Amino acid sequence: MKLITLLVVIAGVIALAQLAKVGQLTSLIRNKREEDISAADTRLNGGLFVAFMVAFYASFIWLIIRYGDYNPPAASAHGETYDTLMNFNMYIIMAVFFLVNTVLFLFANKYRQEAGRKAKFFAHDNRLELIWTVIPSIVLAVIIIYGLRTWNEMTGEASEDALRVELYSKQFDWTARYPGADGEFGLANYNLITPTNPLGIVTADGVSGALEEIEGQIAALESELAHERGTLLAQIEEVEAELHASHDHGHGHSHDDHGHDDHADHGDHGHDDHGMSAERKAMLEARLHELEHMLEGPDVVVLSTAAAEAKADKIHRLKRHRQRIMEVKPFDYEGGVAAWEAGADDKIMKGEFHLPVGREVEFVFRSRDVIHSAYMPHFRAQMNTVPGVPTRFKMTPTITTDSMRTVLDDPDFDYVLLCNKVCGAAHFNMQMKVVVESEESYNAWLESQEEFLADKEVATESDARAEAINIENNESATL
Amino acid sequence: MAGHAHHEESFISKYIFSHDHKMISKQFLVTAVFMGIIAVMLSVFFRLQLGWPGESFAILETFLGKWAPGGVLDRNAYLALVTIHGTIMVFFVLTGGLSGTFSNLLIPLQIGARDMASGFMNMLSYWFFAVSSVIMIFSLFVEGGAASGGWTVYPPLSALPQAMPGSGMGMTLWLISMTLFVVSSLLGGLNYIVTVINLRTKGMSMTRLPLTIWAFLITAVLGVLSFPVLVSAVVLLLMDRSMGTAFYLSDIFIGGEALDVTGGSPILYQHLFWFLGHPEVYIVLLPALGISSEVIATNSRKPIFGYKAMIGSILGIGFLSFIVWGHHMFVTGMNPFLGSVFVFTTLLIAIPSAVKAFNYITTLWQGNLRFTPAMLFSIGLVSTFVTGGLTGIILADSALDVNVHDTYFVVAHFHIVMGMSAIFGMLAGIYHWYPKMFGRMMNTKLGYAHFWVTLIAGYGVFFPMHFVGIAGAPRRYYEYSNFDFLDSVMDLQPIISTFAIIGAIGQLFFLFNFFYSIFYGQKAVQNPWKSNTLEWTTPVQHVHGNWDGPLPEVHRWAYDYSNPAHEDDFVPQTTPALAGEEIH
Ligand code: HEM
Ligand SMILES: [Cu+2]
Ligand SMILES: [Cu+2]
Repeated sequence: MKLITLLVVIAGVIALAQLAKVGQLTSLIRNKREEDISAADTRLNGGLFVAFMVAFYASFIWLIIRYGDYNPPAASAHGETYDTLMNFNMYIIMAVFFLVNTVLFLFANKYRQEAGRKAKFFAHDNRLELIWTVIPSIVLAVIIIYGLRTWNEMTGEASEDALRVELYSKQFDWTARYPGADGEFGLANYNLITPTNPLGIVTADGVSGALEEIEGQIAALESELAHERGTLLAQIEEVEAELHASHDHGHGHSHDDHGHDDHADHGDHGHDDHGMSAERKAMLEARLHELEHMLEGPDVVVLSTAAAEAKADKIHRLKRHRQRIMEVKPFDYEGGVAAWEAGADDKIMKGEFHLPVGREVEFVFRSRDVIHSAYMPHFRAQMNTVPGVPTRFKMTPTITTDSMRTVLDDPDFDYVLLCNKVCGAAHFNMQMKVVVESEESYNAWLESQEEFLADKEVATESDARAEAINIENNESATL
Repeated sequence: MAGHAHHEESFISKYIFSHDHKMISKQFLVTAVFMGIIAVMLSVFFRLQLGWPGESFAILETFLGKWAPGGVLDRNAYLALVTIHGTIMVFFVLTGGLSGTFSNLLIPLQIGARDMASGFMNMLSYWFFAVSSVIMIFSLFVEGGAASGGWTVYPPLSALPQAMPGSGMGMTLWLISMTLFVVSSLLGGLNYIVTVINLRTKGMSMTRLPLTIWAFLITAVLGVLSFPVLVSAVVLLLMDRSMGTAFYLSDIFIGGEALDVTGGSPILYQHLFWFLGHPEVYIVLLPALGISSEVIATNSRKPIFGYKAMIGSILGIGFLSFIVWGHHMFVTGMNPFLGSVFVFTTLLIAIPSAVKAFNYITTLWQGNLRFTPAMLFSIGLVSTFVTGGLTGIILADSALDVNVHDTYFVVAHFHIVMGMSAIFGMLAGIYHWYPKMFGRMMNTKLGYAHFWVTLIAGYGVFFPMHFVGIAGAPRRYYEYSNFDFLDSVMDLQPIISTFAIIGAIGQLFFLFNFFYSIFYGQKAVQNPWKSNTLEWTTPVQHVHGNWDGPLPEVHRWAYDYSNPAHEDDFVPQTTPALAGEEIH
């Protein structure tokens, strides 16, 4: 394969070289210069422009016929307005496209070089130039006004009784959240994300769960570091050194009584204490024993300095994280402690989410890691999801999945939510199914979904308050 | 600077660290051609995957090794290739390459100057460009692969090494390379501006400047005003990556860890990036338009129609390009009213653009069109400029952008304007000024073959992409088989890829012609195209200082073609007024 490719390339280059040489020789014979374009070449290129135009238009028309009605039809209320606007703009630009390209290619052929003809000296014409400044301006004004009307309609405030659904993105899937019976989304905080609380919903349980999780991680890492072989050996050496030193302490003392006050490391044993107290000695021996035991134990690990540092660094970050969790305070949020309750009955969905037909829905988008984009082409809807900056989009689905299946005559059809902002390796497959159905089926479906905290004990209000106070107490002095 | 035309120069100071604008221009061109070859090859690689997803291609394994195990492109590698393809094309080919080549070549020659204001800065500009090119290519080979978040490298994706392999070392190199690139652009741009303002020869008033120079001047101004903003965006991103700042980061949980970042905004980066990014597309386009104004007038044997309006539209486009960046951000959650403002300013740009298109066509009207390869490419440029510009109207309409943003419709749009129009302008420039650069002619017949293959393949690749996009196919997708609703347009993919392969192979006509003619092309005469502008009054063999004798004096504008008062169908700018002639 490589060889063939190479041969083809070499053969091609040789062929071109020969062609060029022949061309040059013949032009040399005819005393022809490259810049003198022959009448035959002029005719050829002029003709090719017209031929190209015809072929171009023919393929365009073929494309329109074969792929043009970008079905399926719009499945949302604003989507129909959208399609009308799109068609309106398309007609205008297609008209200009055909007009200008046709004139261009025909002129190219018509005014091709002819010996003896002199071009018309025509440097400017204010009237003409005015015409093609004013006409595009008018057309554009119409496009702008019409476009902005649709834009305002699409981006206006959602109505009070719109259904609210949160769409949450992360590498590489979507999660939907419904507010539950109270109609309120629980607050969310990215610091509280744990395997059991993927959206970081703020509840008393969420906070303590996250803390527990972090404590666990810190403890595991600390224990790992404590069992590091090198560290253990160093500690053993230290303890042994101290035990050893206590034997000849008196001897050492007589040498350095001038201005030497480094007895701090002997701690509370005091300056005049000769030798080590039995208590201290027993403790050191116990410690030594413990260390040796650990060294022999199954948990001992060997870490490179870099790895150990990385772990220590991770511990540091986890402690910062713990600090941030403790700063999550109920009274910083509107609604105080009560707001901490709102999340308990939220419903969280993966894989698919449902919408009732004919009811306005306002999506609230959040993102966990990088920017994604929630794209629902059938509804002509798209909005980026940005970490740290919630975004919104509203729409009213108008066609149920079932009706769309009938319309398209495709029993397997489903609406999808795709990701449309590059977000990593699996960007091309970050999707979620959208089901549009009647209000009744929607309600039944929602009913059947579990609440966020259903499997746990719902924290009572007083619990939450106790927890909150606990957190207040742990607050740093910066408050 | 004048006068030292004949002293001996060492190889190094003549070919490597040259201060001569003509040599620097050739250095830019050859570098850009190499970068272009690489970028086209990358696009063929990922087009293979898109056309025939999952199929094994030996050529992929040959070239990409572990990035295409078993001949199937890896998904991370796919994103890296797309990103580096776009970066190289936009910055290295169409910014560094296009401006670097033609601003350098033509500014001194067409305004009648001995050289650039600062030859030394000019040399530095090239070498920064060269180093940044090398770093960008090198980044393809590092651990984790090259930057992969798209040529716009949006954070947090680009800020967090744990987000994707390409956001590691590859991303760092991308940022370093771009910083050097900006230094190069600024050194070049300042030089171009100063030269045009100060070094015009006697009689060369601003209203007698060829439109090429107007275009290069405004391009340089746009660059000087906008590239520094990119640098700040890049520096802040580097700090977020390595110093623990959080300009662009907030509330992020990734890799099982909640990061210690709050209060930043990823959207801030987008504002900074597109404040450069949109002027950038005109930095890419204006020189191409300037070149084609010159080529079309010369080869139609007619004055460019509406010279003053053309200048006005360049100025208008230049100004407006600074207040439209938000049209790239309609779906980031920006305030809808702000969105409306950007809709308005963006659609305003369509007006000067339309004026330009109509003026080109009127220039052709009743001309005597000489089909040099440069002329063919310029006519192609007008067609693609119109075709691509029109879909911009759809994208500028925020309401419509909602559903086509980031789909293949956008890919179609910007390739037809940048990948075709701007590239056509660059190719037209190469064919037209080749005799000036290398003292030899390129082969015309090969030029024809090159043009027709490129035009057909170009439209063949990018036109169907509109339909793929409107059907809802997102860009930067490794494959589409997971979405049944896209099946209906997916049979276009192999067609597109086939055209892409044809188009890439068609570039061999050009490459061969380009390198072969440097050594064996027909020797050029002094003014092969019978052109009016000053560069054609210099000797074919380059001399240091451009003109052997005193600098030429200018008596008229650049577009006196077929002036009835004169016998010849061209009147060089150095021709004094005839008795009683009223001249521009
Ligand atoms: C051989 C001709 C070319 C082919 C077949 C080609 C094809 C493609 C394709 C398929 C993409 C990926 C789109 C996506 O997934 O988002 C792409 C991206 C891109 N191309 Fe090209 N292209 C070509 C030439 C050019 C040229 C001449 C330019 C110069 C402006 C260019 C600029 C870009 C840019 C800026 C991107 C976006 C990269 C990104 O998403 O970060 N391309 N190209
Ligand atoms: Cu994504
Ligand atoms: Cu823009």
